[in-house]
Amino acid sequence: MFDEQPIITLENVSKTYSAGSEALQDVSFSIQKGEFVFIVGSSGSGKSTLIKLLLKEIEPTSGMIKINGEDLTKMKRKQVPKYRRKLGVVFQDFRLLKDRNVFENVAFAQRIVGKSNYTIRRQVPAMLSLMGLSEKLLSLPKQLSGGEQQRVALARALVNKPPVLLADEPTGNLDPKNSWEIMSLLDKINKTGTTVVVVTHNHEIVNAMQKRVITMKNGVLVSDEQKGGYNYVKH
Amino acid sequence: MSNISTFIYSVKQGVKNIYRNRMFSLASVGTIAACLFMFGIFYFILSNFQFMVQNVESNVGITVFFDEGITDAEISSLQTQIEARSEVAQITYTSAEQAWASFCEEMFEGDEDLAKSFGEDNPLADSSSFEINLTDVSKQDAFVSYLRGLDGVRQVNSSDGAAKTLSNINVLIGYISATIIIILLAVAIFLISTTITMGIAVRKDEITIMRLVGATDFFIRSPFIVEGVLIGLIGAVIPLAILYFIYNSVINYISDRFRVLSDLLTFLDVNIVFQTLIPVSLLIGMGIGFIGSFVTVRKHLRV
Ligand SMILES: Nc1ncnc2c1ncn2[C@@H]1O[C@H](COP(=O)(O)OP(=O)(O)OP(=O)(O)O)[C@@H](O)[C@H]1O
Ligand SMILES: [Mg+2]
Repeated sequence: MFDEQPIITLENVSKTYSAGSEALQDVSFSIQKGEFVFIVGSSGSGKSTLIKLLLKEIEPTSGMIKINGEDLTKMKRKQVPKYRRKLGVVFQDFRLLKDRNVFENVAFAQRIVGKSNYTIRRQVPAMLSLMGLSEKLLSLPKQLSGGEQQRVALARALVNKPPVLLADEPTGNLDPKNSWEIMSLLDKINKTGTTVVVVTHNHEIVNAMQKRVITMKNGVLVSDEQKGGYNYVKH
Repeated sequence: MSNISTFIYSVKQGVKNIYRNRMFSLASVGTIAACLFMFGIFYFILSNFQFMVQNVESNVGITVFFDEGITDAEISSLQTQIEARSEVAQITYTSAEQAWASFCEEMFEGDEDLAKSFGEDNPLADSSSFEINLTDVSKQDAFVSYLRGLDGVRQVNSSDGAAKTLSNINVLIGYISATIIIILLAVAIFLISTTITMGIAVRKDEITIMRLVGATDFFIRSPFIVEGVLIGLIGAVIPLAILYFIYNSVINYISDRFRVLSDLLTFLDVNIVFQTLIPVSLLIGMGIGFIGSFVTVRKHLRV
């Protein structure tokens, strides 16, 4: 598995925001296809900056980022949308469209890529039932619990079957029970072959799941362990 | 397949945008409608004026009188000379006898005795003349001085009255209407731009999400372009419908009121006017809708 070309590679990546604060300093790591990786670290350590770089929302100040062998820093603006379709993303704040029901929120991701109504009517309910939401197709986001909302967001991220799923604190707004539900969904998704990268502050889950853990501190990668724990406190 | 569903999606979202943002949409539609209504009115006036001027132009001519004692041969040589000029549409010779006869007919209608009192003496001797019609009234001044320079010409009468005045009024109306319409167009584009800007602000979250899931610029922008073009379209259809219904009643009213001028007041048929007005108005309406939204969307929606 690990002798394949990695799906994500960062080489000496630094990011300095215009304000002058160094969010990332010389970060290098690679992630293989099919891996499940936690990124942990205290607030302001640069985790979200990493995710934003991978989404090409922002550009690194220096260094190189490769995804599937393609150099992100050389990618043309026009190619960005196509590139993003290969990534599923979920955030702490769910980012659902408040005025559209569950079905439409997920269908949205398919409309964007120009899927026909026929395809949408088949695939969206299937994905939602996989997330345990078959009863909620017509509910509005505000009528759902946090866990349910995050599952809608997850369905939206996954409905186009992206090879990589990025999650920035997906359980940040959830209680332990819902957090576990989301994490086990992510694990299931990973088992189907999707590469999953999860930023989290949740000690318990990280320690229990025994996955690879990358630890950040003040913009520096301080540890990268297979079957690691939530241990940035030690550094 | 996919392009059709994208198109349908864009149109649906565009219509939704208009509805959600109805106050501003209404203001934009209203401004465009007002603008194109004015445009229609001015177009009526201009096209009808032009039509009248053309009518008058073909009626109004230049009259050339000859030196006393001129011979018939000299007159006919003058006629050939003048006829050869490109400005001349038509030239007719009126002899002194004909002139007197037609004068009598006009002045002493039914009063033959009065005419006879002049006896065999033609009071209009030496009043044989050419009536010249020009192809273009604007060349009249130059042509009149050319005629005055000719040998054997005693006097040239040109009526720089009606045709010229109408021509000048037409140009003046043209300038005034162009100015007003340009100002209104600018206001309309500004309002559409504001409407679209508001729409973008309202849908900011949605646009952020669209970008994250990989929507193309085109996909994100097209609902707003559709919104602009639809506003322009509605703004064009409303005044066209109103104008279509009022055109006939207005020309009937004017012809009725100013019966005295019935020779001058000849109007174009409603269908002829709208043959041009409909496509031009639709094009202007949708055009400013497109420009207004396109510029705004380019400014505010960069990935
Ligand atoms: N747009 C920005 N402009 C300037 N500085 C920024 C910007 N975004 C982040 N930063 C700074 O960069 C550093 C890293 O921020 P980042 O959001 O990556 O942290 P994080 O690890 O995600 O933190 P948290 O756990 O609180 O979400 C912080 O010091 C932050 O203040
Ligand atoms: Mg963060």
